[in-house]
Amino acid sequence: MSRFLSRRVLLTGASAAAATAMLGGCDRLGNAEWFKRTLKTGEDANLFVQRLLLTERTLAPEFAEADISPVFKPNGTEDPPDKGYKALAKGKFAKYHLEVGGLVEAPFRLSLAELRTLPARTQVTRHDCVEGWSAIGKWTGVPLADLLTRAKLRPEARFVMFHCADTMDLGGDDDGEDDGATDDSGSQEEAPAGNANPNMAKQSGGGESKKDSGGQQASEDTAASGGSPVRYYESIDLVDAFHPQTILAYEMNGQPLPVANGAPLRLRLERNLGYKQAKYVMRVEVVESFAHIGEGKGGYWEDQGYAWYAGI
Amino acid sequence: MFRHPAVIRATHWANALCLLVLLMSGLQIFNAHPALYWGKASTFDAPLLAMSSTEDDPPKGVTTVLGRAFDTTGWLGSSAGADGEPADLGFPSWLTLPSDQDLTGGRSWHFFFAWAFVLNGTLYLFYGLRSGQLRFRVVPQRDQIRHFGASIWEHLTLRFPQGDEAKRYNVIQKLTYALVLFVLLPVQVLAGLAMSPAMDAAFPFLLTLFDGRQSARTVHFVMAALLVLFVVVHVALVLLSGFWNNMRGMLTGWFVIDRKVEPAPVTGKTRA
Repeated sequence: MSRFLSRRVLLTGASAAAATAMLGGCDRLGNAEWFKRTLKTGEDANLFVQRLLLTERTLAPEFAEADISPVFKPNGTEDPPDKGYKALAKGKFAKYHLEVGGLVEAPFRLSLAELRTLPARTQVTRHDCVEGWSAIGKWTGVPLADLLTRAKLRPEARFVMFHCADTMDLGGDDDGEDDGATDDSGSQEEAPAGNANPNMAKQSGGGESKKDSGGQQASEDTAASGGSPVRYYESIDLVDAFHPQTILAYEMNGQPLPVANGAPLRLRLERNLGYKQAKYVMRVEVVESFAHIGEGKGGYWEDQGYAWYAGI
Repeated sequence: MFRHPAVIRATHWANALCLLVLLMSGLQIFNAHPALYWGKASTFDAPLLAMSSTEDDPPKGVTTVLGRAFDTTGWLGSSAGADGEPADLGFPSWLTLPSDQDLTGGRSWHFFFAWAFVLNGTLYLFYGLRSGQLRFRVVPQRDQIRHFGASIWEHLTLRFPQGDEAKRYNVIQKLTYALVLFVLLPVQVLAGLAMSPAMDAAFPFLLTLFDGRQSARTVHFVMAALLVLFVVVHVALVLLSGFWNNMRGMLTGWFVIDRKVEPAPVTGKTRA
């Protein structure tokens, strides 16, 4: 009897405590480092299981031309504020060069015209934003595998980094200790999806994205302010890098890639969400680890807390 | 009587916690783009449902459903944010986890508890099948099917079975549990998986099943709403049919059958 009662008291107490935790404590819990790490195991499990389920050559679904979205919604940076980029854009990217380097035997540079002469792949695929929306577009570009094969990876090579032209944050508040707590530039919260997507929220249905997003605020004075600007960057592993649908695209829907969608060259990584698919790609760097780049999480949005693996 | 074995009780409460977290973190994720569509891709100019706010001061919340606009200020589209100021939010911050607009936080919660939900549900199903508990809980007996109509009437008039009849679940209860267990929850999981670009590559039939990723997202939302409806009715009936007895049952396993009214056994024979 008394055992029964004490058990009941215990259980009642436990459920009351649980309710309190639910109502008040979840946010605090969600901010505790140990708990964040615990929650992240869910995302680690996503990577582990999806890598088991997908072979290196499992293709993302491809669609018919009739399925192409009338407007391919741009997100994140839509017009990089950087002077260097603006100059390139003005000259229709005639002076643009893609650099491929890092842990490779034979680094090289290719102009846009040279890239266009290489064997290309065209695919009609669905772009999935981490925010939840999708758009379908037709992409033409050079398979990344071809470029990496040409550069000859060294044995230590494990990841491929994409360094982009668009400034996301003013570098003023330097070596910003931890994730996102330091930024006062205002661009991050507002600014969704750097390059390619997260956080936009705000507006609903009519999503033809506002013009005030992204790097816009981090404008030309970046260079003058003396801080090192934080530009968009991303990283993928070699499984994704050598996937047949992983291309550096220079055409969208049969036209040269528009600035809003990442001209002159953007990554298409079809089994991943949009924020992995870096726009305005300037340099491809093969590395062994990305711990020393940015805040060490492997990408601009990853440094803000987004998962490195974005297959879900 | 001893009604709920420990595994059933533990998985029941773990499931309740998972569903609550999944709902609230799911609304957080929804708020990143508070609109729903049908088909493969988003038709931004023709959403099935959209929540937005107006330029007014203070802003009004507008919810559009199938082209019809409703003023939902304070609830949907525009509501007080975590700091009390009006904020452009699909669902209000007190319904989301975390309470601030935080897509990545919501995703972390959602995926962790999605795994917990699936593992917990698997344990429940395995245990339920092996122990016969599942059969006891969801398979109607023959006489129950025969008296289906009468059972509906009893429900509508809120007359709950007593005596021996209270020892088993009634037919509507069983069918509802079966619907939740074998339709709503599995469809919910599949629709969730269909939103993953990698899962779509591995299992393209997910897209066929839901008619595209955006439809899957809409189905995921509707299933969540139906699960909320189930929980509301479930909790209401727990309250109406003897709260303490029900709670004792699900916490300790022991459920009291009232003997005061000597039951006229509702079996096929006596009624026939």
